[in-house]
Amino acid sequence: MNDGYLLLALLASGLCTFLIRLSFIAGERWLPRSEKLHALLRYVPASVLAALVAPELLVRGGAVHIATDNQRLWAGLLAILVAWLSRSVMASIAAGMAALWLLQAYMR
Amino acid sequence: MDDSTGHKARSAGEEFRDGIHAELPLLLGVVPFGLMFGVLGLAAGLPAWAVVAMSSIVFGGASQVVFAQLWGAQVPPAVICSTVAVVNLRHALYSASVAEWLRDLSWRWKVLLAYLLTDEAYAAALVRFRDSPPGAHRHWFLFGTGLTLWSGWQVSTLGGVLIGAAIPASWSLDFSIALTFIALLVLAIHRRSEMCAALVAGIVAVLAQPLPHKLWILAAAAAGIAAGLAARKLDRRART
Repeated sequence: MNDGYLLLALLASGLCTFLIRLSFIAGERWLPRSEKLHALLRYVPASVLAALVAPELLVRGGAVHIATDNQRLWAGLLAILVAWLSRSVMASIAAGMAALWLLQAYMR
Repeated sequence: MDDSTGHKARSAGEEFRDGIHAELPLLLGVVPFGLMFGVLGLAAGLPAWAVVAMSSIVFGGASQVVFAQLWGAQVPPAVICSTVAVVNLRHALYSASVAEWLRDLSWRWKVLLAYLLTDEAYAAALVRFRDSPPGAHRHWFLFGTGLTLWSGWQVSTLGGVLIGAAIPASWSLDFSIALTFIALLVLAIHRRSEMCAALVAGIVAVLAQPLPHKLWILAAAAAGIAAGLAARKLDRRART
């Protein structure tokens, strides 16, 4: 496939993404101003972030992988603990990455 | 009713600076992922210009990885676009979430902030919008988080294209974005019902993996939100 197709695919993907992000910001007046919607939106960050995180820790090559040799699971659990205790993003990321490197070095 | 909180009003510059400060720590996880995306894009057979351009045209890490993988697998462009759209549909939830706070802004601001509305910019700005007193210039905070992430993403993608091949795969840099989301997730949970939402969303995300076109993201988000609503009784005290 040539560069023209590629550029078209990029622009179309970018436009879709932008319109999705603009959707309710632009159409705010059509959103119901209800208590229910407020309550519902409160759970957006926890739900979406958890949805993105869980497969990274628990799925390997398309299959659920819960075992002691799942290094990313251990590193991720440590990162959760550090984030919870320190409330620090950097400490959590650094601890998780360091844990993964250590596990990769010693568990093969 | 909003401006009678007694807090000192913050200027646009202060809000902008606070937004940058809130976002900077996240770059520790985002920049390695950007480097990795640069490498992965080239490896999938994309020309360098397309890898770099994608980061500003699409500006969405996970969806860019999907784009590169599908392009490498010779999937028709229409299918690539629709899969990218499904992966990014979760941003409609963010859009609905911030809509109320951006209601009175000009079109120019709305378009700009919509373009910059990513997982990391949204999650970092929530601290300002949801948990702090309102202010006339608080959209500058979101602009600060968004622009910081955007800059880090562009530079790291370019870096990945230029020097990424020198980074050994054994460094597992792709894991850095999962760690970023982990930190944001833990910091986003204040109540038991939010914990329930996260647990259910995580379980559904794992179980729903076989769904086509990455639809598991939306299935898991919907299940998590429903679980959170259902678990509201568990919260001891209600905050606003």
